[in-house]
Amino acid sequence: MSQVAQRVQESMRVRMQDWLVRYGFIAVTVILFTWFILSEETFRQPSTLFSMLKFTSVVAIVGLGVTFTMVVGGLDLSVGSVAGLGVTVSAMMMVIYNLTGLFSGAMVLVAGAVVGIVNAILIVWMKIPDLLATLGMMFIIMGLKLLPVDGQSVSSKMILRDGTVAPGRFTDGFLQIDRLMIGIVPLPVVLWIVLTFIAWFMLTRTRYGRIMYAVGANPEAARLAGIRVEWYRASAYVISGLFAAIGGMILSSRIGQGDISAGNSLLLDAVAVALVGTSVLGIGKPNAWGTALGALLIGIVITGLTIKGFPYYAQDIAKGLVLVVALTFSFTLSRKKARFVPAT
Amino acid sequence: MNNSVEMKDISKSFGSNLVLRGVNLSVPAGKVTALLGANGAGKSTLIKILSGLYPDHGGSVLVNGSVATLDSPGTAKSQGIQTVHQRVDEAVVPGLSVAENLLFEKIATREKGTSGSLAKLLPEARKVAAALSLDWSDKFLRKDVYELDIADQQLLTLARAVVDKPSLLVLDEPTSALSASEVDNLMAVVRSLRDQGVGILYVSHRLSEVDALADHLVVLRDGVIRGEQDAPFAWNEALTQMLGDDAGDSASSAKEQRGSEDILTISGLKLFPRSAPFDLAIRSGEVTGVIGLLGAGKSETAEAMFGAGKSKPENMTLHNSEFKPTHPAKAIKRGVYLVPEDRAKLSMFADWSIQRTVTLPFLDQITRGFTLDNSREKKMGSDVIAELGVVAEGPAQPVDSLSGGNQQKVVVGRWLQGDPQVLVLDEPFRGVDIGARRTISAKARSLASQGRGVVVFTSEVDELLEVADRVIVMVDGEPRMDTYLSETNREEIVNTMSEVM
Repeated sequence: MSQVAQRVQESMRVRMQDWLVRYGFIAVTVILFTWFILSEETFRQPSTLFSMLKFTSVVAIVGLGVTFTMVVGGLDLSVGSVAGLGVTVSAMMMVIYNLTGLFSGAMVLVAGAVVGIVNAILIVWMKIPDLLATLGMMFIIMGLKLLPVDGQSVSSKMILRDGTVAPGRFTDGFLQIDRLMIGIVPLPVVLWIVLTFIAWFMLTRTRYGRIMYAVGANPEAARLAGIRVEWYRASAYVISGLFAAIGGMILSSRIGQGDISAGNSLLLDAVAVALVGTSVLGIGKPNAWGTALGALLIGIVITGLTIKGFPYYAQDIAKGLVLVVALTFSFTLSRKKARFVPAT
Repeated sequence: MNNSVEMKDISKSFGSNLVLRGVNLSVPAGKVTALLGANGAGKSTLIKILSGLYPDHGGSVLVNGSVATLDSPGTAKSQGIQTVHQRVDEAVVPGLSVAENLLFEKIATREKGTSGSLAKLLPEARKVAAALSLDWSDKFLRKDVYELDIADQQLLTLARAVVDKPSLLVLDEPTSALSASEVDNLMAVVRSLRDQGVGILYVSHRLSEVDALADHLVVLRDGVIRGEQDAPFAWNEALTQMLGDDAGDSASSAKEQRGSEDILTISGLKLFPRSAPFDLAIRSGEVTGVIGLLGAGKSETAEAMFGAGKSKPENMTLHNSEFKPTHPAKAIKRGVYLVPEDRAKLSMFADWSIQRTVTLPFLDQITRGFTLDNSREKKMGSDVIAELGVVAEGPAQPVDSLSGGNQQKVVVGRWLQGDPQVLVLDEPFRGVDIGARRTISAKARSLASQGRGVVVFTSEVDELLEVADRVIVMVDGEPRMDTYLSETNREEIVNTMSEVM
């Protein structure tokens, strides 16, 4: 082969590679979506699509919180248990203490923020590596939330410790969080879009977001530019706790009772969508719309496989494959150096 | 002649950058040979070749007359070349006892009698310690090395290196973390090794140690041996060889500026365990150049001014009022700015554009309402490009894709966008082309002429002569000379740097 031809082939290869890194993820999404649409009648109905989006919204919102911790170079493993805590707290407030839905929702947010603050203290000021601190918190929360409810799921008309019947129930208002439709769009989907927009705005358009990325990219250089690195890292964990709590609130409203196992499977999914999100458009960094698209892709895959009648365990295989393929775009094919994995 | 190790015509390049160009060096047995060289002279490359980390070098290394193949750290050791690298904390294995660390290589190669309990190792470990006349008790040998202080760790790595009695022992800055009495201890051990016939290559910036210890001195500059001497050494000559004497066109043609007013004063700054606290006043209206060898305490002083370092002075004032920065943010607020030494590690962010890098300390200036104002950000980036003549496609170009000189212009120019009262530049000319160096030093001088304080830390005499009005020489963590450039000369500066106490 002549040298010129060789060089042309080489530059073709590089361009191919760059195209894959940029659009490979979106291409995979579109191809899968088209395949499901063409092959499955059910998949074509708007109701299927909206229920898919609704079902994905919780993972997506929790994943947004994880995105913030990844931006500062960390990772929050306690998000699934915080969402579960939200379910138990809201049920306890309404069913056992007969409080209003609004107050119960507020308490869920407070719980999420408190966990975030504790995570921040462990990681930023007590210098425990992110993964280990949040792993510890995950177990603590999973156990601690069962303490006031004696390890029982909380449902209306349950018998309490003193033999009486629980006085309250899930309020109608609270149940509307999951059920309300805005036009033809379910409220959780609207929340998902709004929160993604807010996160995107914070991370890319404000001073705060600029500093967050600086802290994640080079903490020492950020410090020498006058940034109080600790406070920004701490804020990421509080935001992560809040987003996880919002996810828990939607979940609680959907289940309509204080299921003690709720949220347990959320952690891996939420981390996965945030990781998948880094490869969207070859950005190579955690970002809000990427996380949203990552959640969407995983939602499409799971819904599609379910409709096609694959067994439930095929879902995990599919999620894992999506993650590995996405990471291949970021790490193997990209010529930029991907950097968002905590140093533990 | 009994040459334990001979290096013949050693060369090594990284890409097009020739780091060693035909080095001939012999290290005789039973003698201490000191290797001296400034930053980038090629010392660490030479050490890495000897320790087997760069197999693809030119030339050959002879151990006791026969050619050695140094293609991995393991083969270097098995052929009798042991190296003690600068970072001892990376060489010891925490979690294991002193005895296990001492015999680590034997354990790793599963030598007979080294498996099993710690008690079985003790007799052998005792023998090794005794051979170096180290007074180590069994209790000490059983200790986890995690509990050892840095001096004992240093002695341990040294002892470990000589377990198999090497032909050549390479010591890379072995005393940089030690106090004066610990240095004496270490030197006693080195002397006893020498007397046992080990050839020692001693790499250090501490001239007083080299003076006390070495039998022979070799100076390396730009990858070539520039001079050799036998003890007693003429330090002037050695330093001139090390730093270069081609005054060339570097002498400053600018008129000397002299300031009269103290803008930043420091008192009671103690940098190292064995150095004394000192006071220093920076005056506005002049460029203060601080020169010293590596390890003289330059970066530590720069960081102290900026509230970023470990050494805290007892007191500082800025414009005659108290100045106690506990965080760089506070220093920046008062207009004290630092351009740190290692730009890639301390000033740059992977893939960040010029405008992002430049605006980071001044995000308030480009914020409108809640959002960052893209046009203001772009303008600040363009301003830096224009003011310092950065060669770039535009403010959106990533800083990592610029040349070294242009990167440096960006990280210096960034601080000129604020309101600098005192600008501290730590090694601003490292890896920077002559054009960028001229631009940056002209900027520094013009900032001083506007009545601000400018401090430049450097280890190169030429750079000092080009940029400074006032000259401070630092040696071993303390200022030794403080005068104006017109009242001194290159020779005197080099003399002071080479003063051996």
